[in-house]
Amino acid sequence: MKYQSQKVALYYFGGALALFVVQVLVGTLAGTIYVVPNLLADVIPFNIVRMIHTNALIVWLLMGFFGCAYYLIPEEAETELHSPGLAILQFWLFLAGALAAVVGYLFHIHVGREFLEQPLWIKLAIVVVALMFLYNITLTVLKGRKTAITNVLLLGLWGIAVFFLFSLYNPSNLILDKMFWWWVVHLWVEGVWELVMASVLAFLMIKMTGVDREVVEKWLYVIIALALFSGILGTGHHYYWIGTPAYWQWIGSIFSTFEVLPFFAMVIFTFTMVWKGGRNHPNKAALLWSLGCSVFAFFGAGVWGFLHTLAPINYYTHGTQVTAAHGHLAFYGAYVMVNIAMFTYAMPQLLGRAPYNQVLNMVGFWVTSAAMAFMTFALTFAGVVQVHLQRVLGMTYMDVQDQVSLFYWFRLGAGVFVVLGVLMIVWSLVVPGARTREAVGYAPAE
Amino acid sequence: MSETLTKAAARNIFYGGTVFFFVIFVGLVAQSVSSAKTIARANPITPSVAAGKQVWEKHACIDCHTLLGEGAYFAPELGNVWVRFGGRQDPVAAREGLRAWFAAQPSHVEGRRQMPQFHMSAKDVDNLIDFLKWTSEIPTQNWPPKVSG
Repeated sequence: MKYQSQKVALYYFGGALALFVVQVLVGTLAGTIYVVPNLLADVIPFNIVRMIHTNALIVWLLMGFFGCAYYLIPEEAETELHSPGLAILQFWLFLAGALAAVVGYLFHIHVGREFLEQPLWIKLAIVVVALMFLYNITLTVLKGRKTAITNVLLLGLWGIAVFFLFSLYNPSNLILDKMFWWWVVHLWVEGVWELVMASVLAFLMIKMTGVDREVVEKWLYVIIALALFSGILGTGHHYYWIGTPAYWQWIGSIFSTFEVLPFFAMVIFTFTMVWKGGRNHPNKAALLWSLGCSVFAFFGAGVWGFLHTLAPINYYTHGTQVTAAHGHLAFYGAYVMVNIAMFTYAMPQLLGRAPYNQVLNMVGFWVTSAAMAFMTFALTFAGVVQVHLQRVLGMTYMDVQDQVSLFYWFRLGAGVFVVLGVLMIVWSLVVPGARTREAVGYAPAE
Repeated sequence: MSETLTKAAARNIFYGGTVFFFVIFVGLVAQSVSSAKTIARANPITPSVAAGKQVWEKHACIDCHTLLGEGAYFAPELGNVWVRFGGRQDPVAAREGLRAWFAAQPSHVEGRRQMPQFHMSAKDVDNLIDFLKWTSEIPTQNWPPKVSG
Protein backbone atom coordinates (compact mmCIF):
# COMPACT_ATOMS: atom_id res chain seq x y z
CA MET A 1 0.00 0.00 0.00
CA LYS A 2 1.42 3.37 -1.02
CA TYR A 3 -1.40 5.80 -0.27
CA GLN A 4 -3.19 6.26 3.06
CA SER A 5 -6.57 6.75 1.39
CA GLN A 6 -6.46 3.19 0.02
CA LYS A 7 -7.46 2.15 3.53
CA VAL A 8 -11.10 2.99 2.85
CA ALA A 9 -11.14 -0.27 0.88
CA LEU A 10 -11.08 -2.14 4.21
CA TYR A 11 -14.62 -0.98 5.00
CA TYR A 12 -15.84 -2.39 1.70
CA PHE A 13 -13.95 -5.66 2.02
CA GLY A 14 -15.35 -6.17 5.52
CA GLY A 15 -18.91 -5.36 4.49
CA ALA A 16 -18.63 -7.58 1.43
CA LEU A 17 -17.35 -10.56 3.43
CA ALA A 18 -20.15 -10.19 6.00
CA LEU A 19 -22.77 -10.19 3.25
CA PHE A 20 -20.97 -13.13 1.58
CA VAL A 21 -21.63 -15.19 4.72
CA VAL A 22 -25.28 -14.07 4.76
CA GLN A 23 -25.62 -14.98 1.08
CA VAL A 24 -24.34 -18.56 1.44
CA LEU A 25 -26.26 -19.18 4.68
CA VAL A 26 -29.52 -18.05 3.08
CA GLY A 27 -28.62 -20.04 -0.03
CA THR A 28 -28.26 -23.15 2.13
CA LEU A 29 -31.67 -22.40 3.62
CA ALA A 30 -33.14 -22.17 0.11
CA GLY A 31 -31.46 -25.46 -0.79
CA THR A 32 -32.96 -27.03 2.35
CA ILE A 33 -36.46 -25.83 1.42
CA TYR A 34 -36.03 -27.62 -1.91
CA VAL A 35 -35.76 -30.96 -0.07
CA VAL A 36 -37.85 -30.18 3.05
CA PRO A 37 -40.53 -28.05 1.39
CA ASN A 38 -42.71 -27.40 4.43
CA LEU A 39 -39.81 -25.75 6.28
CA LEU A 40 -40.68 -22.15 7.25
CA ALA A 41 -43.36 -22.11 4.52
CA ASP A 42 -45.75 -20.08 6.68
CA VAL A 43 -43.04 -17.77 8.06
CA ILE A 44 -40.61 -16.94 5.26
CA PRO A 45 -41.87 -18.21 1.88
CA PHE A 46 -39.31 -19.41 -0.65
CA ASN A 47 -39.60 -16.30 -2.81
CA ILE A 48 -38.38 -14.10 0.07
CA VAL A 49 -35.52 -16.48 0.90
CA ARG A 50 -34.44 -16.55 -2.72
CA MET A 51 -34.68 -12.77 -3.00
CA ILE A 52 -32.32 -12.36 -0.04
CA HIS A 53 -29.91 -14.96 -1.46
CA THR A 54 -29.61 -13.27 -4.85
CA ASN A 55 -29.69 -9.68 -3.61
CA ALA A 56 -27.05 -10.33 -0.95
CA LEU A 57 -24.82 -11.78 -3.68
CA ILE A 58 -25.24 -8.82 -6.00
CA VAL A 59 -24.74 -6.26 -3.24
CA TRP A 60 -21.62 -7.88 -1.82
CA LEU A 61 -20.06 -8.28 -5.26
CA LEU A 62 -20.71 -4.59 -5.98
CA MET A 63 -19.38 -3.66 -2.55
CA GLY A 64 -16.30 -5.71 -3.36
CA PHE A 65 -15.91 -3.94 -6.72
CA PHE A 66 -16.13 -0.57 -4.93
CA GLY A 67 -13.44 -1.73 -2.51
CA CYS A 68 -11.26 -3.02 -5.34
CA ALA A 69 -11.56 0.36 -7.07
CA TYR A 70 -10.69 2.29 -3.91
CA TYR A 71 -7.62 0.12 -3.39
CA LEU A 72 -6.50 0.01 -7.00
CA ILE A 73 -7.16 3.52 -8.27
CA PRO A 74 -4.91 5.56 -5.94
CA GLU A 75 -2.07 3.14 -6.63
CA GLU A 76 -2.57 3.24 -10.39
CA ALA A 77 -3.26 6.99 -10.52
CA GLU A 78 -0.34 7.59 -8.12
CA THR A 79 -2.30 10.03 -6.01
CA GLU A 80 -4.45 10.05 -2.88
CA LEU A 81 -8.16 9.45 -3.29
CA HIS A 82 -10.12 12.65 -3.98
CA SER A 83 -12.16 12.27 -0.77
CA PRO A 84 -11.68 9.38 1.67
CA GLY A 85 -14.44 10.85 3.87
CA LEU A 86 -16.95 10.66 1.04
CA ALA A 87 -15.91 7.07 0.39
CA ILE A 88 -16.60 6.11 4.01
CA LEU A 89 -19.94 7.93 4.01
CA GLN A 90 -20.79 6.13 0.77
CA PHE A 91 -20.00 2.79 2.39
CA TRP A 92 -22.35 3.34 5.33
CA LEU A 93 -25.13 4.59 3.06
CA PHE A 94 -24.78 1.56 0.81
CA LEU A 95 -24.70 -0.86 3.73
CA ALA A 96 -27.70 0.82 5.36
CA GLY A 97 -29.62 0.64 2.06
CA ALA A 98 -28.76 -3.04 1.66
CA LEU A 99 -29.80 -3.90 5.22
CA ALA A 100 -33.00 -1.86 4.90
CA ALA A 101 -33.82 -3.80 1.73
CA VAL A 102 -33.23 -7.19 3.39
CA VAL A 103 -35.23 -6.32 6.51
CA GLY A 104 -37.96 -4.94 4.26
CA TYR A 105 -38.06 -8.20 2.29
CA LEU A 106 -38.72 -10.11 5.52
CA PHE A 107 -41.81 -7.90 5.96
CA HIS A 108 -42.79 -8.36 2.32
CA ILE A 109 -41.76 -4.84 1.33
CA HIS A 110 -40.49 -5.37 -2.18
CA VAL A 111 -41.41 -4.93 -5.80
CA GLY A 112 -41.50 -7.79 -8.19
CA ARG A 113 -38.93 -8.06 -10.94
CA GLU A 114 -36.25 -10.70 -10.47
CA PHE A 115 -33.06 -9.31 -8.86
CA LEU A 116 -34.58 -5.81 -8.96
CA GLU A 117 -36.93 -6.33 -6.02
CA GLN A 118 -35.66 -3.23 -4.20
CA PRO A 119 -38.40 -0.64 -3.57
CA LEU A 120 -38.07 2.52 -5.65
CA TRP A 121 -36.55 4.59 -2.85
CA ILE A 122 -33.78 2.03 -2.39
CA LYS A 123 -33.12 1.99 -6.14
CA LEU A 124 -32.81 5.79 -6.03
CA ALA A 125 -30.51 5.55 -3.00
CA ILE A 126 -28.34 3.12 -4.99
CA VAL A 127 -28.14 5.70 -7.78
CA VAL A 128 -27.03 8.34 -5.25
CA VAL A 129 -24.40 5.96 -3.82
CA ALA A 130 -23.17 5.19 -7.34
CA LEU A 131 -22.87 8.90 -8.15
CA MET A 132 -20.87 9.55 -4.96
CA PHE A 133 -18.58 6.69 -5.90
CA LEU A 134 -18.12 7.68 -9.54
CA TYR A 135 -17.50 11.32 -8.59
CA ASN A 136 -14.83 10.26 -6.12
CA ILE A 137 -12.92 7.84 -8.32
CA THR A 138 -13.27 9.84 -11.52
CA LEU A 139 -11.79 12.96 -9.93
CA THR A 140 -8.98 10.83 -8.52
CA VAL A 141 -8.13 9.44 -11.94
CA LEU A 142 -8.40 12.87 -13.59
CA LYS A 143 -5.84 14.43 -11.25
CA GLY A 144 -3.44 11.48 -11.47
CA ARG A 145 -1.74 9.10 -13.87
CA LYS A 146 -4.03 7.54 -16.46
CA THR A 147 -3.38 3.90 -17.21
CA ALA A 148 -5.22 1.34 -19.32
CA ILE A 149 -6.29 -0.37 -16.09
CA THR A 150 -7.92 2.75 -14.66
CA ASN A 151 -9.52 3.56 -18.03
CA VAL A 152 -11.09 0.14 -18.34
CA LEU A 153 -12.11 -0.01 -14.69
CA LEU A 154 -13.76 3.42 -14.91
CA LEU A 155 -15.55 2.45 -18.12
CA GLY A 156 -16.85 -0.70 -16.44
CA LEU A 157 -18.00 1.11 -13.30
CA TRP A 158 -19.69 3.92 -15.24
CA GLY A 159 -21.36 1.25 -17.36
CA ILE A 160 -22.70 -0.44 -14.23
CA ALA A 161 -24.31 2.82 -13.13
CA VAL A 162 -25.69 3.72 -16.56
CA PHE A 163 -27.26 0.32 -17.23
CA PHE A 164 -28.73 0.22 -13.72
CA LEU A 165 -30.91 3.15 -14.77
CA PHE A 166 -32.92 0.72 -16.92
CA SER A 167 -34.16 -0.85 -13.67
CA LEU A 168 -36.33 2.25 -13.30
CA TYR A 169 -38.15 1.48 -16.56
CA ASN A 170 -41.02 -0.96 -16.04
CA PRO A 171 -43.55 -0.83 -18.87
CA SER A 172 -46.84 -2.74 -18.70
CA ASN A 173 -45.94 -4.50 -21.96
CA LEU A 174 -44.23 -7.64 -20.64
CA ILE A 175 -42.17 -8.07 -23.83
CA LEU A 176 -40.63 -4.61 -23.44
CA ASP A 177 -40.23 -5.15 -19.70
CA LYS A 178 -38.21 -8.30 -20.33
CA MET A 179 -36.15 -6.80 -23.15
CA PHE A 180 -34.92 -3.90 -21.04
CA TRP A 181 -34.65 -5.92 -17.84
CA TRP A 182 -31.82 -7.70 -19.66
CA TRP A 183 -30.16 -4.34 -20.31
CA VAL A 184 -29.45 -4.35 -16.58
CA VAL A 185 -28.88 -8.05 -16.02
CA HIS A 186 -27.07 -9.21 -19.15
CA LEU A 187 -25.21 -6.00 -19.96
CA TRP A 188 -23.96 -6.11 -16.37
CA VAL A 189 -22.75 -9.67 -15.96
CA GLU A 190 -21.87 -10.44 -19.57
CA GLY A 191 -20.78 -6.90 -20.34
CA VAL A 192 -19.47 -4.20 -18.06
CA TRP A 193 -18.76 -6.47 -15.07
CA GLU A 194 -16.28 -8.29 -17.29
CA LEU A 195 -14.43 -4.99 -17.72
CA VAL A 196 -14.13 -4.69 -13.94
CA MET A 197 -13.04 -8.31 -13.64
CA ALA A 198 -10.43 -8.06 -16.41
CA SER A 199 -8.96 -4.82 -15.09
CA VAL A 200 -8.68 -6.18 -11.53
CA LEU A 201 -6.99 -9.33 -12.84
CA ALA A 202 -4.63 -7.20 -14.95
CA PHE A 203 -3.73 -5.14 -11.87
CA LEU A 204 -3.05 -8.29 -9.87
CA MET A 205 -0.86 -9.69 -12.67
CA ILE A 206 1.23 -6.52 -12.78
CA LYS A 207 1.65 -6.56 -9.02
CA MET A 208 2.32 -10.24 -8.51
CA THR A 209 4.16 -11.46 -11.61
CA GLY A 210 6.35 -8.50 -12.46
CA VAL A 211 5.50 -8.78 -16.17
CA ASP A 212 5.89 -5.50 -18.05
CA ARG A 213 2.83 -3.23 -17.88
CA GLU A 214 2.79 -2.77 -21.66
CA VAL A 215 2.27 -6.49 -22.17
CA VAL A 216 -0.43 -6.80 -19.49
CA GLU A 217 -2.37 -3.80 -20.75
CA LYS A 218 -2.34 -5.03 -24.33
CA TRP A 219 -3.81 -8.31 -23.12
CA LEU A 220 -6.39 -6.34 -21.17
CA TYR A 221 -7.64 -4.53 -24.27
CA VAL A 222 -7.74 -7.75 -26.30
CA ILE A 223 -9.74 -9.53 -23.56
CA ILE A 224 -12.30 -6.79 -23.11
CA ALA A 225 -12.64 -6.37 -26.87
CA LEU A 226 -13.52 -10.07 -27.09
CA ALA A 227 -15.89 -9.65 -24.14
CA LEU A 228 -17.89 -6.77 -25.57
CA PHE A 229 -17.79 -7.75 -29.25
CA SER A 230 -19.40 -11.06 -28.29
CA GLY A 231 -21.35 -9.98 -25.23
CA ILE A 232 -23.30 -7.00 -26.57
CA LEU A 233 -25.01 -8.88 -29.40
CA GLY A 234 -24.85 -12.00 -27.21
CA THR A 235 -27.76 -10.39 -25.35
CA GLY A 236 -29.70 -12.01 -28.17
CA HIS A 237 -29.59 -15.35 -26.36
CA HIS A 238 -32.11 -13.89 -23.90
CA TYR A 239 -34.38 -12.72 -26.72
CA TYR A 240 -35.30 -16.15 -28.11
CA TRP A 241 -38.66 -16.89 -26.44
CA ILE A 242 -39.97 -13.66 -24.92
CA GLY A 243 -42.02 -12.33 -27.81
CA THR A 244 -39.10 -10.89 -29.76
CA PRO A 245 -38.46 -11.58 -33.47
CA ALA A 246 -36.96 -14.88 -34.63
CA TYR A 247 -33.76 -13.32 -36.00
CA TRP A 248 -32.46 -13.14 -32.43
CA GLN A 249 -32.04 -16.93 -32.55
CA TRP A 250 -29.31 -16.49 -35.15
CA ILE A 251 -27.71 -13.42 -33.61
CA GLY A 252 -27.87 -14.77 -30.06
CA SER A 253 -26.55 -18.21 -31.03
CA ILE A 254 -23.61 -16.91 -33.07
CA PHE A 255 -22.44 -14.07 -30.84
CA SER A 256 -22.98 -15.77 -27.50
CA THR A 257 -20.92 -18.73 -28.74
CA PHE A 258 -18.03 -16.27 -28.96
CA GLU A 259 -18.63 -15.27 -25.33
CA VAL A 260 -16.43 -18.24 -24.42
CA LEU A 261 -13.42 -16.50 -26.00
CA PRO A 262 -12.76 -13.70 -23.47
CA PHE A 263 -12.87 -16.24 -20.66
CA PHE A 264 -10.51 -18.55 -22.52
CA ALA A 265 -8.23 -15.57 -23.16
CA MET A 266 -8.23 -14.80 -19.43
CA VAL A 267 -7.02 -18.32 -18.66
CA ILE A 268 -4.20 -18.03 -21.20
CA PHE A 269 -3.42 -14.53 -19.96
CA THR A 270 -3.15 -15.32 -16.24
CA PHE A 271 -1.18 -18.53 -16.73
CA THR A 272 1.17 -16.97 -19.30
CA MET A 273 1.84 -13.98 -17.06
CA VAL A 274 2.60 -16.14 -14.04
CA TRP A 275 4.82 -18.42 -16.11
CA LYS A 276 6.64 -15.55 -17.89
CA GLY A 277 6.96 -13.40 -14.80
CA GLY A 278 8.73 -16.13 -12.91
CA ARG A 279 8.68 -13.99 -9.79
CA ASN A 280 8.20 -15.76 -6.52
CA HIS A 281 5.56 -13.53 -4.97
CA PRO A 282 5.02 -14.22 -1.26
CA ASN A 283 1.22 -14.01 -1.48
CA LYS A 284 0.61 -17.53 -2.81
CA ALA A 285 -3.06 -17.45 -1.84
CA ALA A 286 -3.78 -14.35 -3.94
CA LEU A 287 -2.03 -15.95 -6.89
CA LEU A 288 -4.09 -19.11 -6.44
CA TRP A 289 -7.33 -17.10 -6.40
CA SER A 290 -6.30 -15.16 -9.52
CA LEU A 291 -5.53 -18.32 -11.49
CA GLY A 292 -8.57 -20.09 -10.07
CA CYS A 293 -10.76 -17.17 -11.03
CA SER A 294 -9.86 -17.35 -14.71
CA VAL A 295 -10.26 -21.16 -14.78
CA PHE A 296 -13.59 -21.27 -12.94
CA ALA A 297 -14.93 -18.31 -14.94
CA PHE A 298 -13.97 -20.16 -18.13
CA PHE A 299 -15.90 -23.25 -17.04
CA GLY A 300 -18.81 -21.54 -15.27
CA ALA A 301 -19.47 -18.61 -17.56
CA GLY A 302 -17.82 -19.93 -20.71
CA VAL A 303 -18.38 -23.68 -21.00
CA TRP A 304 -21.59 -23.93 -18.94
CA GLY A 305 -22.94 -20.89 -20.75
CA PHE A 306 -22.19 -22.41 -24.15
CA LEU A 307 -23.85 -25.70 -23.11
CA HIS A 308 -27.30 -24.15 -23.45
CA THR A 309 -26.79 -20.99 -25.48
CA LEU A 310 -27.57 -22.31 -28.99
CA ALA A 311 -31.22 -21.59 -29.75
CA PRO A 312 -32.23 -25.15 -30.75
CA ILE A 313 -30.80 -26.45 -27.45
CA ASN A 314 -32.04 -23.54 -25.37
CA TYR A 315 -35.55 -24.24 -26.70
CA TYR A 316 -35.48 -27.32 -24.44
CA THR A 317 -33.26 -26.16 -21.56
CA HIS A 318 -34.55 -22.60 -21.07
CA GLY A 319 -35.67 -21.99 -17.49
CA THR A 320 -34.62 -25.37 -16.09
CA GLN A 321 -32.03 -26.40 -13.52
CA VAL A 322 -29.45 -26.24 -16.34
CA THR A 323 -29.75 -22.47 -16.08
CA ALA A 324 -29.37 -22.67 -12.30
CA ALA A 325 -26.20 -24.76 -12.69
CA HIS A 326 -24.66 -22.22 -15.06
CA GLY A 327 -25.72 -19.28 -12.90
CA HIS A 328 -24.10 -20.66 -9.76
CA LEU A 329 -20.73 -21.56 -11.28
CA ALA A 330 -20.52 -18.44 -13.44
CA PHE A 331 -21.07 -16.05 -10.55
CA TYR A 332 -18.68 -17.98 -8.37
CA GLY A 333 -15.91 -18.31 -10.95
CA ALA A 334 -16.04 -14.87 -12.44
CA TYR A 335 -17.14 -12.46 -9.74
CA VAL A 336 -16.81 -14.12 -6.35
CA MET A 337 -13.29 -15.31 -7.11
CA VAL A 338 -12.02 -12.05 -8.59
CA ASN A 339 -13.19 -10.27 -5.45
CA ILE A 340 -11.58 -12.79 -3.10
CA ALA A 341 -8.37 -12.65 -5.18
CA MET A 342 -8.21 -8.90 -4.66
CA PHE A 343 -9.16 -9.07 -0.96
CA THR A 344 -6.48 -11.72 -0.41
CA TYR A 345 -3.88 -9.63 -2.18
CA ALA A 346 -4.82 -6.26 -0.69
CA MET A 347 -5.72 -6.97 2.92
CA PRO A 348 -2.21 -7.82 4.11
CA GLN A 349 -0.98 -4.66 2.36
CA LEU A 350 -3.69 -2.54 3.97
CA LEU A 351 -3.03 -3.99 7.40
CA GLY A 352 0.74 -3.55 7.02
CA ARG A 353 1.46 -7.26 7.35
CA ALA A 354 3.16 -10.06 5.53
CA PRO A 355 0.62 -12.35 3.83
CA TYR A 356 -1.09 -14.21 6.67
CA ASN A 357 -3.21 -17.35 7.14
CA GLN A 358 -2.28 -18.48 3.65
CA VAL A 359 -2.78 -22.19 4.27
CA LEU A 360 -6.25 -21.70 5.75
CA ASN A 361 -7.15 -19.37 2.88
CA MET A 362 -6.00 -21.91 0.29
CA VAL A 363 -7.82 -24.76 2.02
CA GLY A 364 -10.90 -22.52 1.90
CA PHE A 365 -10.28 -22.03 -1.82
CA TRP A 366 -10.21 -25.77 -2.51
CA VAL A 367 -13.16 -26.65 -0.27
CA THR A 368 -15.37 -23.91 -1.70
CA SER A 369 -14.32 -24.51 -5.30
CA ALA A 370 -14.75 -28.28 -5.10
CA ALA A 371 -18.15 -27.86 -3.46
CA MET A 372 -19.25 -25.34 -6.10
CA ALA A 373 -18.14 -27.73 -8.84
CA PHE A 374 -20.08 -30.57 -7.20
CA MET A 375 -23.15 -28.34 -6.84
CA THR A 376 -22.90 -27.44 -10.52
CA PHE A 377 -22.73 -31.11 -11.56
CA ALA A 378 -25.71 -31.96 -9.34
CA LEU A 379 -27.81 -29.16 -10.82
CA THR A 380 -26.69 -30.00 -14.35
CA PHE A 381 -27.80 -33.61 -13.95
CA ALA A 382 -31.07 -32.44 -12.40
CA GLY A 383 -31.51 -30.11 -15.36
CA VAL A 384 -30.83 -32.75 -18.00
CA VAL A 385 -33.30 -35.17 -16.41
CA GLN A 386 -35.82 -32.33 -16.07
CA VAL A 387 -35.42 -31.39 -19.74
CA HIS A 388 -36.08 -34.94 -20.84
CA LEU A 389 -39.05 -35.64 -18.60
CA GLN A 390 -40.72 -32.25 -18.85
CA ARG A 391 -39.75 -30.84 -22.22
CA VAL A 392 -39.51 -34.04 -24.27
CA LEU A 393 -41.97 -36.41 -22.57
CA GLY A 394 -44.27 -33.65 -21.34
CA MET A 395 -44.55 -34.76 -17.70
CA THR A 396 -45.92 -32.09 -15.35
CA TYR A 397 -43.53 -29.84 -13.47
CA MET A 398 -44.17 -31.12 -9.95
CA ASP A 399 -43.96 -34.78 -10.97
CA VAL A 400 -40.60 -34.07 -12.57
CA GLN A 401 -39.36 -32.30 -9.45
CA ASP A 402 -40.08 -35.43 -7.41
CA GLN A 403 -37.99 -37.43 -9.89
CA VAL A 404 -34.92 -35.22 -9.47
CA SER A 405 -35.06 -34.76 -5.69
CA LEU A 406 -31.92 -36.88 -5.19
CA PHE A 407 -29.91 -34.22 -7.03
CA TYR A 408 -31.33 -31.55 -4.73
CA TRP A 409 -29.98 -33.50 -1.75
CA PHE A 410 -26.57 -33.56 -3.45
CA ARG A 411 -26.86 -29.83 -4.04
CA LEU A 412 -27.68 -29.22 -0.40
CA GLY A 413 -24.68 -31.31 0.69
CA ALA A 414 -22.46 -29.26 -1.61
CA GLY A 415 -24.00 -26.09 -0.18
CA VAL A 416 -23.04 -27.07 3.37
CA PHE A 417 -19.43 -27.50 2.24
CA VAL A 418 -19.58 -24.12 0.49
CA VAL A 419 -20.57 -22.55 3.82
CA LEU A 420 -17.65 -24.30 5.55
CA GLY A 421 -15.22 -23.15 2.85
CA VAL A 422 -16.52 -19.59 2.94
CA LEU A 423 -16.15 -19.46 6.73
CA MET A 424 -12.51 -20.55 6.31
CA ILE A 425 -11.87 -17.89 3.69
CA VAL A 426 -13.52 -15.16 5.74
CA TRP A 427 -11.74 -16.21 8.94
CA SER A 428 -8.38 -16.32 7.13
CA LEU A 429 -8.91 -12.77 5.86
CA VAL A 430 -10.43 -10.97 8.83
CA VAL A 431 -8.45 -12.57 11.67
CA PRO A 432 -4.89 -11.64 10.73
CA GLY A 433 -3.31 -12.71 14.02
CA ALA A 434 -0.69 -10.84 16.00
CA ARG A 435 2.42 -11.11 13.81
CA THR A 436 3.13 -7.84 12.03
CA ARG A 437 5.21 -7.29 8.91
CA GLU A 438 8.15 -5.93 10.92
CA ALA A 439 8.16 -8.99 13.17
CA VAL A 440 8.83 -11.30 10.22
CA GLY A 441 11.17 -8.94 8.35
CA TYR A 442 8.90 -8.76 5.32
CA ALA A 443 9.71 -6.43 2.44
CA PRO A 444 6.89 -5.84 -0.04
CA ALA A 445 7.58 -7.03 -3.58
CA GLU A 446 5.71 -4.07 -4.91
CA MET B 1 1.29 -11.96 -27.74
CA SER B 2 2.31 -10.90 -31.24
CA GLU B 3 4.59 -7.88 -31.57
CA THR B 4 2.62 -6.61 -34.56
CA LEU B 5 -0.36 -5.67 -32.37
CA THR B 6 0.55 -2.64 -30.29
CA LYS B 7 -1.28 -1.57 -27.14
CA ALA B 8 -2.61 1.54 -28.89
CA ALA B 9 -3.93 -0.58 -31.75
CA ALA B 10 -5.62 -3.00 -29.33
CA ARG B 11 -7.20 -0.04 -27.53
CA ASN B 12 -8.50 1.48 -30.76
CA ILE B 13 -9.92 -1.84 -31.92
CA PHE B 14 -11.68 -2.17 -28.56
CA TYR B 15 -13.29 1.27 -28.62
CA GLY B 16 -14.13 1.21 -32.32
CA GLY B 17 -15.54 -2.31 -32.23
CA THR B 18 -17.56 -1.69 -29.10
CA VAL B 19 -19.22 1.35 -30.62
CA PHE B 20 -19.84 -0.60 -33.84
CA PHE B 21 -21.49 -3.56 -32.12
CA PHE B 22 -23.45 -1.38 -29.71
CA VAL B 23 -24.91 0.63 -32.60
CA ILE B 24 -26.02 -2.59 -34.33
CA PHE B 25 -27.49 -3.83 -31.05
CA VAL B 26 -29.44 -0.61 -30.48
CA GLY B 27 -30.76 -0.75 -34.05
CA LEU B 28 -32.00 -4.32 -33.66
CA VAL B 29 -33.51 -3.57 -30.26
CA ALA B 30 -35.33 -0.58 -31.78
CA GLN B 31 -36.79 -2.87 -34.44
CA SER B 32 -37.82 -5.37 -31.73
CA VAL B 33 -39.43 -2.59 -29.68
CA SER B 34 -41.59 -1.70 -32.65
CA SER B 35 -42.46 -5.37 -33.09
CA ALA B 36 -43.46 -5.61 -29.39
CA LYS B 37 -45.67 -2.56 -29.82
CA THR B 38 -47.31 -4.13 -32.87
CA ILE B 39 -48.08 -7.23 -30.80
CA ALA B 40 -49.68 -5.04 -28.13
CA ARG B 41 -51.77 -3.22 -30.75
CA ALA B 42 -53.16 -6.50 -32.07
CA ASN B 43 -53.82 -7.78 -28.55
CA PRO B 44 -54.31 -4.64 -26.44
CA ILE B 45 -52.95 -4.37 -22.92
CA THR B 46 -56.20 -3.48 -21.15
CA PRO B 47 -56.19 -1.67 -17.78
CA SER B 48 -56.87 -5.02 -16.09
CA VAL B 49 -53.88 -6.68 -17.81
CA ALA B 50 -51.65 -3.80 -16.70
CA ALA B 51 -53.09 -3.98 -13.16
CA GLY B 52 -52.61 -7.75 -13.19
CA LYS B 53 -48.93 -7.29 -13.98
CA GLN B 54 -48.67 -5.14 -10.86
CA VAL B 55 -50.34 -7.86 -8.80
CA TRP B 56 -47.83 -10.32 -10.25
CA GLU B 57 -44.99 -8.04 -9.16
CA LYS B 58 -46.47 -7.12 -5.78
CA HIS B 59 -46.28 -10.73 -4.62
CA ALA B 60 -42.87 -11.43 -6.24
CA CYS B 61 -44.28 -14.46 -8.07
CA ILE B 62 -41.09 -14.47 -10.19
CA ASP B 63 -38.99 -15.55 -7.18
CA CYS B 64 -40.63 -19.02 -7.22
CA HIS B 65 -42.07 -19.36 -10.72
CA THR B 66 -40.71 -18.74 -14.19
CA LEU B 67 -42.55 -16.55 -16.68
CA LEU B 68 -41.51 -17.31 -20.27
CA GLY B 69 -38.65 -19.27 -18.75
CA GLU B 70 -37.25 -16.45 -16.62
CA GLY B 71 -37.40 -16.36 -12.84
CA ALA B 72 -36.82 -18.92 -10.11
CA TYR B 73 -37.05 -22.62 -10.86
CA PHE B 74 -38.89 -23.63 -7.67
CA ALA B 75 -42.41 -23.69 -9.10
CA PRO B 76 -44.08 -24.24 -12.49
CA GLU B 77 -43.77 -22.07 -15.60
CA LEU B 78 -46.70 -19.66 -15.75
CA GLY B 79 -46.33 -18.13 -19.23
CA ASN B 80 -48.71 -20.79 -20.50
CA VAL B 81 -50.66 -21.54 -17.31
CA TRP B 82 -53.79 -20.19 -18.98
CA VAL B 83 -53.38 -22.80 -21.72
CA ARG B 84 -52.62 -25.53 -19.15
CA PHE B 85 -55.90 -24.73 -17.37
CA GLY B 86 -57.72 -25.10 -20.68
CA GLY B 87 -58.34 -21.37 -21.20
CA ARG B 88 -58.27 -21.68 -24.99
CA GLN B 89 -61.12 -24.18 -25.03
CA ASP B 90 -63.15 -22.97 -22.05
CA PRO B 91 -62.12 -19.56 -20.70
CA VAL B 92 -64.88 -19.51 -18.08
CA ALA B 93 -63.84 -22.82 -16.56
CA ALA B 94 -60.12 -21.88 -16.70
CA ARG B 95 -60.84 -18.66 -14.79
CA GLU B 96 -62.85 -20.57 -12.18
CA GLY B 97 -60.06 -23.14 -11.92
CA LEU B 98 -57.39 -20.49 -11.34
CA ARG B 99 -59.53 -18.66 -8.77
CA ALA B 100 -60.03 -21.91 -6.89
CA TRP B 101 -56.30 -22.65 -7.06
CA PHE B 102 -55.33 -19.29 -5.50
CA ALA B 103 -57.99 -19.72 -2.80
CA ALA B 104 -56.78 -23.21 -1.86
CA GLN B 105 -53.18 -22.21 -1.06
CA PRO B 106 -51.23 -23.21 0.89
CA SER B 107 -52.00 -26.89 0.57
CA HIS B 108 -50.18 -27.84 3.79
CA VAL B 109 -49.56 -31.24 2.21
CA GLU B 110 -46.49 -32.69 3.93
CA GLY B 111 -43.49 -33.00 1.61
CA ARG B 112 -44.96 -30.76 -1.08
CA ARG B 113 -43.78 -27.27 -1.99
CA GLN B 114 -46.06 -24.64 -0.51
CA MET B 115 -47.46 -21.63 -2.32
CA PRO B 116 -48.37 -18.87 0.16
CA GLN B 117 -51.89 -17.51 0.61
CA PHE B 118 -51.64 -13.95 -0.71
CA HIS B 119 -55.12 -12.81 0.42
CA MET B 120 -55.79 -11.18 -2.94
CA SER B 121 -59.07 -9.32 -3.51
CA ALA B 122 -61.42 -10.77 -6.12
CA LYS B 123 -60.50 -7.87 -8.38
CA ASP B 124 -56.77 -8.53 -7.99
CA VAL B 125 -57.32 -12.20 -8.81
CA ASP B 126 -59.24 -11.32 -11.96
CA ASN B 127 -56.63 -8.81 -13.05
CA LEU B 128 -53.85 -11.33 -12.44
CA ILE B 129 -55.69 -13.92 -14.53
CA ASP B 130 -56.12 -11.35 -17.31
CA PHE B 131 -52.38 -10.71 -17.21
CA LEU B 132 -51.58 -14.44 -17.37
CA LYS B 133 -54.03 -14.84 -20.26
CA TRP B 134 -52.41 -11.94 -22.15
CA THR B 135 -48.96 -13.41 -21.48
CA SER B 136 -50.05 -16.80 -22.85
CA GLU B 137 -50.93 -15.05 -26.13
CA ILE B 138 -47.44 -13.58 -26.66
CA PRO B 139 -45.92 -15.12 -29.82
CA THR B 140 -42.96 -16.97 -28.26
CA GLN B 141 -41.63 -18.91 -31.28
CA ASN B 142 -43.67 -21.86 -29.96
CA TRP B 143 -41.89 -22.01 -26.61
CA PRO B 144 -42.34 -23.96 -24.33
CA PRO B 145 -42.09 -27.24 -26.24
CA LYS B 146 -44.78 -28.96 -24.15
CA VAL B 147 -47.84 -27.61 -22.41
CA SER B 148 -46.28 -28.86 -19.15
CA GLY B 149 -44.11 -25.71 -19.33
